[in-house]
Amino acid sequence: MPTKKLSLEALARVEGEGSLELFLHDGKVETARLRIFEPPRFFEAFLRGRAAAEVPDIVARICGICPVAYQMSAVHALEHGLGVVVDGPLRLLRRLLYCGEWIESHVLHIVLLHAPDFLGYPDAIAISRDHRAEVERALALKRAGNEIVRVLGGREIHPINVRVGGFYRLPSPAELSALRARLERAREEAVALLRWVATFPMPEYQRDYEFIALRHPSEYPMNEGEIASSRGLSLAPEEFDTAFEERHLPHSTALYCSLRERGSYLVGPLARYNLNFDRLPPSIQAHAREAGLGPTCHNPFQSILVRSVEVLFACEEALRLLSLYEPPEAPALPLPRGAGEGHAATEAPRGLLYHRYRFDAEGTIEQARIVPPTSQNQASIEEDLRLLAESLLALPEESLRARCEQAIRNYDPCISCSTHFLRLRIHGR
Amino acid sequence: MSNPPRPRLAVWKFASCDGCQLSLLDCEEELLALAEKVEIGYFLEASRKTLPGPYDLSLVEGSITTPEDAERIQEVRRASRKLVTIGACATAGGIQALRNFARIGDFLSAVYASPEYIQTLDRSTPIAAHVPVDFELQGCPIHRFQLLEVISAFLSGRSPAIPHYSVCLECKRAGHPCVLVARGTPCLGPVTHAGCGAICPGYARGCYGCYGPMESPNPPSLSLRWRALGASERDLHRVFRTFNAAAAPFRRESEAHAD
Repeated sequence: MPTKKLSLEALARVEGEGSLELFLHDGKVETARLRIFEPPRFFEAFLRGRAAAEVPDIVARICGICPVAYQMSAVHALEHGLGVVVDGPLRLLRRLLYCGEWIESHVLHIVLLHAPDFLGYPDAIAISRDHRAEVERALALKRAGNEIVRVLGGREIHPINVRVGGFYRLPSPAELSALRARLERAREEAVALLRWVATFPMPEYQRDYEFIALRHPSEYPMNEGEIASSRGLSLAPEEFDTAFEERHLPHSTALYCSLRERGSYLVGPLARYNLNFDRLPPSIQAHAREAGLGPTCHNPFQSILVRSVEVLFACEEALRLLSLYEPPEAPALPLPRGAGEGHAATEAPRGLLYHRYRFDAEGTIEQARIVPPTSQNQASIEEDLRLLAESLLALPEESLRARCEQAIRNYDPCISCSTHFLRLRIHGR
Repeated sequence: MSNPPRPRLAVWKFASCDGCQLSLLDCEEELLALAEKVEIGYFLEASRKTLPGPYDLSLVEGSITTPEDAERIQEVRRASRKLVTIGACATAGGIQALRNFARIGDFLSAVYASPEYIQTLDRSTPIAAHVPVDFELQGCPIHRFQLLEVISAFLSGRSPAIPHYSVCLECKRAGHPCVLVARGTPCLGPVTHAGCGAICPGYARGCYGCYGPMESPNPPSLSLRWRALGASERDLHRVFRTFNAAAAPFRRESEAHAD
């Protein structure tokens, strides 16, 4: 019997453009290919020759959905190269800014991109006709995340207030007290969102992934930590290349990142949760349990629940950070001059984001390397699709396509970042 | 009794970061209201439901960087009654237009181990270089209130009220002291298109030009001022070469200063 192909044309409700091809042979799925055909944009090439101070503004443009993640990994890597440690209230403000991005990006994904799959609607607008209050409340919660980013970052998309060494301007006491009041409401909205998502029908599916996420001595990870794995790996960010390798495959403009000699792994909310459940405050753990989650979770479809837990965590954490904040003396630390090389990994909403920069004594970038979460998950997505599609081949094509799309959206893939949207092609049916 | 047909809206993406179409999803309070006024015919980031053209209004994000996209924009134009570009990529080629000043082979080999797998054009060009455009909304990213203004203007058949003056006027209106005059901070505000609300000066930094050139700017004059503040030729070359690098007034000014 010849090899046949099945294709999913045009993947909707992801950020960027991609398509899925399934190659069938003798009733089995031989290969699943997530083709990313987002046009390459060459950020690593044109960062060369730029001033280090320009990097946070430029890398923000890699992704309109998670610009803060790019800015955070970049400033941490550059500061690492300069031997500068941003601590105290400035560190706290960065974590607060990251909480804002987690909230707005996660809620965007949960409600506008992913919920329609679980509830059987084409989009969130259609959901809102039957569940108006839930959608409105979630959009209000998303707005609260955006408010944090706007206050600390200057604007929601491509923030302007992040710089190497700190910020351009500190938030005023009035801005912070307005945020605190807004976040008190957001916490209630987040509890309601989590309870609503917990009622969604969950497909049964489990896989034994190798999870990779940051691990911090005392915090649920955002900006700092060791790169840890569920199978015992523990590395400093500067050791990234010793454990990971990137390969270029013909069907995708995104590079594939894998663990040397071990293959695919998974980054993102599921990985963070599984490796860091003990770092969540007891109140958040209790909410997770009430929603039906244990300390570990191996069902990628439940990532929508884990994201909702992280939204609630980010609201609580933002309130905690606000209660601890004392204004620092200056909005940024003075920076030494000199050549250097720096590495950093932070937790973007969709997972580990690694940056490395080498710069000369003038602070001009000589080399930049950026490994986004989607390219790290690409191999895992394809394996999920191969295994999942095989068990669903008896379904009508439209149902198969819907379930494959849902499985891809478990990852919240940000295809713009990897260099977005799905076409299913089934070859062989 | 049936309702009158709603105008059909489409949102298209080319090479970009998705930030400008996200501005539409970021209209949290207005999103559901807008969805009642228009029929979303094609908006992949928001919906898997697609309706056939023609579309009354097409919003186009992103620049043209591949042979496939150069074909696709022609189809989008044919299917659209009105076509509006949203953002610096669609309007000026975007940050990816930095390739226009380099050898594309050097870029490919710097990023990809197997450049032969990549299909790309050696230039990133705005939508208007390929098809007639009815309106261009500037900004990296666009401002969501300006986007709502453009959508409502086109739906009611009038011109959008988008000012073409510089960021300086917004700064004055916001009551920010001039960072250039009062603090000696280099600022691109005097040559940059308004629309962001003068955020950067409000955050104690100079404008970095993400809304692109205003109508009839005078960049050489601003460069003189920057030089008096200590900016090098290299700084001036770089500062005009960012998110609107291929917009003519910024391109010419960057070329006037050696790297």
